[in-house]
Amino acid sequence: MRRSVLGRGWPNAVAVVLFVFFAFPVYWMVTTAFKQDRDIISRTPVFLPLHGTLEHFSRATGADRFWTMVGNSLTVTLAAVAGSLLIATLAAFAVTRMRFRGRKAFVLVIMMAQMAPWEVMTISIYMIVRDDGMLNSLVPLTAFYLMMVLPFTIWTLRGFMAAVPKELEESAMVDGCTRPQAFVRIIFPLLAPGLMSTSLFGFITAWNELPLVLVLNKATGPGTAQTLPLWLTSFQTTFGDDWGATMAAATLFAVPVLIIFLIFQRKAVGGLTDGAVKG
Amino acid sequence: MAVQSEPARVTAPGPGTGGDAPEGPAPVAGRGPLSRTAPYLLLLPAVAATLVLLVWPLTETLLLSFQNLNKRQLILHLTEWNGLDNYRAQLTSGEFWHTAGRSVAFTAVNVVLIMAGGTLVGLLLNRLGGTMRLLLSIGLILAWAMPFVASTTVYTWLFDSRYGVVDWFLDQLGWHGMATYDWYGSQLSTFFVIVLLIVWGSIPFVAFNTYAGLTTIPKELYEAARMDGAGATKVFTQVIFPSLRPFFLATTFLEVIWVFKCFTQVFAINAGGPERLTETLPVYAFVEGIGNQHYGTGAAIAVLTIVMLGGLMTYYFRIVLRQEEEL
Repeated sequence: MRRSVLGRGWPNAVAVVLFVFFAFPVYWMVTTAFKQDRDIISRTPVFLPLHGTLEHFSRATGADRFWTMVGNSLTVTLAAVAGSLLIATLAAFAVTRMRFRGRKAFVLVIMMAQMAPWEVMTISIYMIVRDDGMLNSLVPLTAFYLMMVLPFTIWTLRGFMAAVPKELEESAMVDGCTRPQAFVRIIFPLLAPGLMSTSLFGFITAWNELPLVLVLNKATGPGTAQTLPLWLTSFQTTFGDDWGATMAAATLFAVPVLIIFLIFQRKAVGGLTDGAVKG
Repeated sequence: MAVQSEPARVTAPGPGTGGDAPEGPAPVAGRGPLSRTAPYLLLLPAVAATLVLLVWPLTETLLLSFQNLNKRQLILHLTEWNGLDNYRAQLTSGEFWHTAGRSVAFTAVNVVLIMAGGTLVGLLLNRLGGTMRLLLSIGLILAWAMPFVASTTVYTWLFDSRYGVVDWFLDQLGWHGMATYDWYGSQLSTFFVIVLLIVWGSIPFVAFNTYAGLTTIPKELYEAARMDGAGATKVFTQVIFPSLRPFFLATTFLEVIWVFKCFTQVFAINAGGPERLTETLPVYAFVEGIGNQHYGTGAAIAVLTIVMLGGLMTYYFRIVLRQEEEL
């Protein structure tokens, strides 16, 4: 088999080019955030921010109600993910471990609900929430985010639960455990990777959501119920061409997700496919 | 999931995901009335949430689409039914059909690039040595994990007309006309940025899954094909593609659905501009309904969009259900 140096070299060269293509926007976001203004608007871009500054971060976090929005985003996201995990665990257990009429129909509905067209439902959700007098509140937002991630959570947990051999549970019950005890002691610990990967993806979905909060929570005054995606997208309008502060904001928004993802990626993605592929 | 939406767009169930429920009678201790109602009690929260938070808004969308509902009616809480007027107006307007056509073309371009790019990157991952594979994986994970509200902002900055690094780079390459090019000034260049943004963020998912799929193909198959004198193209069409066919089909449809209903990236880049020329259907529904306060019209566009999505989804489910022997 003939393989010249060139023949062996090109995949590596392509890999480097692709690495730059995929990583550069992230790199550029972080470095711009640390650069001084004159380096940001210089004719020749500065690729290495040697004279770093934290000024942009203080300007970004000094924006009106920044910390309120951080709190809002965290509350809404964590509550939605926790709620959907709880509901999904119950449902997934029923679907994988019990036989009953309507099981298939339920699974089919969950499958379809995963593709629910939330993007075009903002108008009707606005009307419903308005008529209930719940605009500018975190409650409806949390509820709808919960529903956005619920079908996926059920679907994935179902895969993980089905992968836990039923014999484990049965032997626990033979040894005198009740069914709930068997679940808590045997299945639940084995679900850890599944719970982790589903919550990771649920977190990203809720953390990123823009159209709904854009419509529901317009009020910006004290006690605002806005979340970080709104803060980030409104940055350019508020700060004009202050790219340093905008990129600092984007970095602050992205870094938690990037870190969680890099740490859990192996487990989560491995877990995701384990749960998914297992028959 | 989504992905997103887009869903997060990464919230993807792998294609044909489905651990199957092990069948057979469940190990029920007693067959009393409690154990018969138990599954329904366990499902109750999920069903209730779905009814209140998903089915109700969907129904409401349908109801709103038959109403004349603008700013005045909204403020005064008036309900004015107007039958099929909203639909008639949309289906006879050039704008709706233009937007629908644009959405279809937009989806097609994105999905072709995502699938082709993702497959090629996956094949490359399979071929690389350990170090380079790790390097490329890190790049892919960064792009994949980047929240798309943040990446949209970053792309706006990369393609800024005055200080954007892309314009500078093209100028350095000798394309001096691009030195201060305004990417958001025309329809095609705005779409270029949006497509690049979406493709950049979506390739990692396809690439990793292709790679994972490739590692499951037994080495003997490649060897046998090589022995028979198959070249790289032959190996792909005769060995790889048939093995990963279910994956390719399911992923393609998932991507079609995600891109078709994608909102955040399209909207946040340029709000559908210039002159509403980059509005896709979800953005069109949003701008008409919420922006221009023609809620009834917006709801009708939403329903038409959902109908189109429904068509795509039916096709997708037929593929997935065929793969799953049993739910």
